[in-house]
Amino acid sequence: MVIRGRVWKFGDNVNTDNIIPGRYKFKTQNLNELVQYVLIDLNPEFAKKVEKGDIIVAGKNFGYGSSREHAPRLLKLAGVGAIVAKSFARIFFRNAINIGLPVIIAPEVYDGTDEGDVMEVDLEKGIIRNLSKNLSFKFKPYPKEIMKIVLEGGVIEYYKKHGVFPWEEGTK
Amino acid sequence: MSGQTMAEKILSHAAGKNVSPGEFIVANVDLVFAHDGTALLAIDVMKEELKIEKIFDKNKVVFIIDHAAPSPAVGMSIVHKTMRAFARKHGIRIYDVGNGICHQILPENGHIEPGMLVVGADSHTVTHGAFGAFATGVGSTDAAIAMVTGKIWLRVPETLKIVVEGEKKPWIMGKDVILHIIGSLGSDGANYMAVEFHGKVVKELSIDSRMTLTNMVVEMGAKAGLIPVDEKTIEWLKPRIRGELKKVVPDDNAEYHETIHYDISNLEPQVAVPPNVDNVKSISEVEGLEIDQVFIGSCTNGRFEDFYVAAKILKGRKVASNVRCIAIPASKRVYGEILKSGIANVLLQAGCVIGPPTCGPCVGAHMGILGPGEVAVSTSNRNFPGRMGDKSSKVYLVSPATAAASAVKGKLSDPRDFF
Repeated sequence: MVIRGRVWKFGDNVNTDNIIPGRYKFKTQNLNELVQYVLIDLNPEFAKKVEKGDIIVAGKNFGYGSSREHAPRLLKLAGVGAIVAKSFARIFFRNAINIGLPVIIAPEVYDGTDEGDVMEVDLEKGIIRNLSKNLSFKFKPYPKEIMKIVLEGGVIEYYKKHGVFPWEEGTK
Repeated sequence: MSGQTMAEKILSHAAGKNVSPGEFIVANVDLVFAHDGTALLAIDVMKEELKIEKIFDKNKVVFIIDHAAPSPAVGMSIVHKTMRAFARKHGIRIYDVGNGICHQILPENGHIEPGMLVVGADSHTVTHGAFGAFATGVGSTDAAIAMVTGKIWLRVPETLKIVVEGEKKPWIMGKDVILHIIGSLGSDGANYMAVEFHGKVVKELSIDSRMTLTNMVVEMGAKAGLIPVDEKTIEWLKPRIRGELKKVVPDDNAEYHETIHYDISNLEPQVAVPPNVDNVKSISEVEGLEIDQVFIGSCTNGRFEDFYVAAKILKGRKVASNVRCIAIPASKRVYGEILKSGIANVLLQAGCVIGPPTCGPCVGAHMGILGPGEVAVSTSNRNFPGRMGDKSSKVYLVSPATAAASAVKGKLSDPRDFF
């Protein structure tokens, strides 16, 4: 699976309140209404200008904070194709995998990338290519338990296709 | 063969085999819960996406209406209405408005026992590790799948052992201890790990303060925070649980990722300065800051001990005229206790507003939303920009003692002046 898009850059500790602030989230929980506010406090232009397949490149501990799954769902709904960061907070990482939003830990990408660069992420090969700068970076592909969830587009899509959850395979 | 940490013991039991750190397991859950910030999405995942609307065991699934309760907006009223209908249809327990915050009412009402695997659609689910449970926060999809199947996949975490020693001064609360630890380890210092708390100070802390310790481990990225079961745990749980309680403790020869020692004998009251929880300073570095609001409450510090300490400082004094002080008990039970003991009256006489049991302004939903540029001193757990209101507002995290001292002086203040 290869994801290709323009880069949006964010720093360290992008938290779930940055991604969708409580002042919006606790008025309605309708994702289609909330998507216009995604990342609004960090970059008011993001929700308006992000295009399908675009890639977020960020610093350490992306997704820090709340368990609100609205955070990765809204990023995906807005069009984000993948997030490449120095590290992720664990609940966000898990939620993103579950909903089929590829999240990649690749610490050296941050310094080698500028906003607006065009980037390609090859999930199975573990290679990120910055096409604008002609650079490439390696990362460790997911363990098999995670890879099969991501490649099917998330745990729900996996279930729809196979009639079992990924960990139930061979048991039914 | 090496022994097991608390997390490894509990997950081995839940997986039905001996597990080791790094391993992916499928485990049986003992309790799944969701609240009005996460339950609607979990219900939608079940109904619209999975198309399986069933509950694996109605005694092991609980809903709580606590984040925006009573409802401040039509959108939230719709969420609450949907949760009530779903709970009624499936016969699951729902704690409606006025009962309090999930992390307080679940243990109070006998839902939490040592040795359980608890999965909650809330990041502060880690709180329940104060009772020797492995409790971890998940998103709505994980919660929905656990509600339907009774199972969850997990990666077994490494365990970080934290030993807290020294002579605890009377103005030092559980909050100061955990803020100090988070400040030293960083916002991702325990990422993916289970944290086990040991040492003399942890043994001496009340259950209320122990819950503050485990509550905030997620602010350094931890998957769970656990405190070995002792006489205090048993004494607190006994009236609430039928049957034998498991005395969950680690093996003597358990293997830890790392062991870190803290001596808090000379610790000053701690303050987490915006924009992150790991940006921790001693009160002497930041006192005197102009403030607009004080909030005493939340799943971190909305318990009896918290209001008891605040009331000791507020008794016979007044909240400064430039500040509003909002006190919100974490549960109906805590509310009853502060009424009965006279603490509520002390708070009222001092000029505090007492709200109904709810998460309140912590998550920016209602009951004290900050305006542009306003500054709050809060006993809650997150100080992210805009967390409590406008994006230009700021939140400083402190103990209830520091919060009460700040309310009286009208600026961020050292509680030691009142002891």
